[in-house]
Amino acid sequence: MRRVVASGVVALARILAGGSVRRIGFHPDERQRIYFANHTSHLDFVLIWSALPPRLRALTRPVAARDYWAKGVRSYLAQKVFNAVLVDRDRAAPLVNPMKVLLEGLGDRYSLILFPEGTRGDGTNVAPFKSGLYRLGMDRPDVELIPVYIDNLARVLPKGEFVPVPMLASVSFGEPMHIEPGEEKPAFLARARDAILEMRQW
Amino acid sequence: MVNFLHDRQALYLFGGVLALLLVATIAGAIIRAVKGRSEVIDNLNARIRAWWVMSAVFAISLATGGIGSVILFAILSFFALREFITLTPTRPADHSALFWIFFIITPLQYYLVATKWYGFFAVLIPVYAFLFVPSRIAIAGDATAFLERSAKIQWGLMVCVYCVSHAPALLMLEIKGYEGKNARLLFFMVVIVQLSDVLQYVWGKLAGRHKIAPVISPSKTWEGFVGGVLSATILGGALWWATPFKVWQATAMAFVITMMGFLGGLTMSAIKRDRGVKDWGAAIEGHGGVLDRIDSICFASPIFFHLTRYFFT
Repeated sequence: MRRVVASGVVALARILAGGSVRRIGFHPDERQRIYFANHTSHLDFVLIWSALPPRLRALTRPVAARDYWAKGVRSYLAQKVFNAVLVDRDRAAPLVNPMKVLLEGLGDRYSLILFPEGTRGDGTNVAPFKSGLYRLGMDRPDVELIPVYIDNLARVLPKGEFVPVPMLASVSFGEPMHIEPGEEKPAFLARARDAILEMRQW
Repeated sequence: MVNFLHDRQALYLFGGVLALLLVATIAGAIIRAVKGRSEVIDNLNARIRAWWVMSAVFAISLATGGIGSVILFAILSFFALREFITLTPTRPADHSALFWIFFIITPLQYYLVATKWYGFFAVLIPVYAFLFVPSRIAIAGDATAFLERSAKIQWGLMVCVYCVSHAPALLMLEIKGYEGKNARLLFFMVVIVQLSDVLQYVWGKLAGRHKIAPVISPSKTWEGFVGGVLSATILGGALWWATPFKVWQATAMAFVITMMGFLGGLTMSAIKRDRGVKDWGAAIEGHGGVLDRIDSICFASPIFFHLTRYFFT
C-alpha cells in the first residue's frame, strides 16, 4: 500500500512539475548523504525524492516541520510514505533538541533532505542558511553534503495557495561538498548557499 | 472505427506509415554506419525512434475509435500548455486563473469535442475564457504587467488548447457518404503535417542554402521549404482515396495544411527565440517538447477543420 501511494505521488509530481533532472558531478548510490536545497514550495522534497532512483528513495528521509506535516493525510504521507524526520520549528520551546532528532534520523544508513533556509522563499531569492547544516556536517564528516537547486517549483504551488498548477520544474544535483578543516560556520554556510546559486546558470 | 481485417483502406494507410518508419530506420542505420556517429546523426536516429512511439500512440488512439483520439489530443494540449506557461512569466496572482485553464477549461473544451457540441466548442475559449481570464486576474488584484499577463495566458490557451482541439474535432463533422470514416480525415491531416515537417527537414539537410528567417529559425531554408511543401502536397494528393475529396481537392487541402504547418512552426519558433530557448521542453527524445512536435498541428488543424466544414458538410 505504501509503495502504491509512493508511486502515485511520484506520478502526480511528474504530471504537475515534469521530471527534468540534472546531475552535475553527482552519482546516486547507497552512500549516506545530506541533500540541501532551496525551499520554494511544500512540494520541494517530493520533487527531490522523485528525482532519485527508486531504490534510494526508501533510504532518503525528508526533514519536515512538525506543525505542518503532523496532521491528517499529511501525517500519513510524511510518516508512512516518505518516512520523514519531523522537527519542531518553534525554536522558543523545542520539546526535543532538533539536532538530536536529525542525527537519529540519519542513523547509519539513511540520507536526509534538508532545507537550510528554514522557510519557503518566493522562488527568486535564496535566504541565508541556518546553522543546522553546518552542525550536521561537523558531527557527521563521513556524510556527503549535496547541493540541490530546484527551479520553477514555486510557480507550481506558491506560498499561500492550496491547489497546484502544472509547470515544468527542474532539479539539479551538484558536486558533493564537505566542511574544510578549520572552516568557520559563516564561511561554510555562504559557500554552501553559493553552490546552490551557481546551479541557476545551468 | 478502424478495423484492419475488414478495412482495406485503413490497412494501406497504416501499412504505409509502417513502411515509411522501416525505411527511415534502415536509412538511419546506414547513415550511421557510413558516416560514423555525430550529434546530428544521433539526433536523427533519436527522432526516428520517437516517431515509432508517436505513430504507435496515434494508431492506437485511432483504432479505439473517436474517444481515443479525443483523449490523446487532450493530453497533448495539457502538456503543450504546461510547456507554454512554463516559458511565460506569470505572477503569483495568476495562480487561480492558471488553475482554471488547466483543470476546468481544457477538459471542458475536449468534453465538448467528445459530445460533438459544435456551437459551444467554437466559442468556449475565444469568448468565455477570453473574458474570464483577465477578470479572474483582475479580481486577484495585481496590476503589474496586467495586459501582458492576461494576453499571454489567453494566447497559450488559444494555441495549445483551442487550435489543437480542432484536430479531434474533425471526427464530429458530418460529411455525406463519408459516415463513420472521419478518423481517416484526422489521419490525413496529421500525416501530411508531420510528413511536411520531416520532408522540409530532409530537403533542408540535403539542399538547404538560403535561410528564410535566420534569427527566428536557423534550420528553415527556402530549399527545404519548397521541397518539403511540394513533396508533401503531392503525397497528400496521392492519398485522395482515403478522404472525401477529389484528387485536386486533396492536393489543395494538403497544400493548405503544409503551408499552415510551416507558419505554425515559424511562429512558435519566434516565441522560443524571444524567450531565449531552443526547445519548448524535453518530453520527446530528439524532438524537444510536445509543443515542438505539434506546433504545425496548432496552425493547420483549425484551418483544415473549417475548410472541410464549409465546403463538404
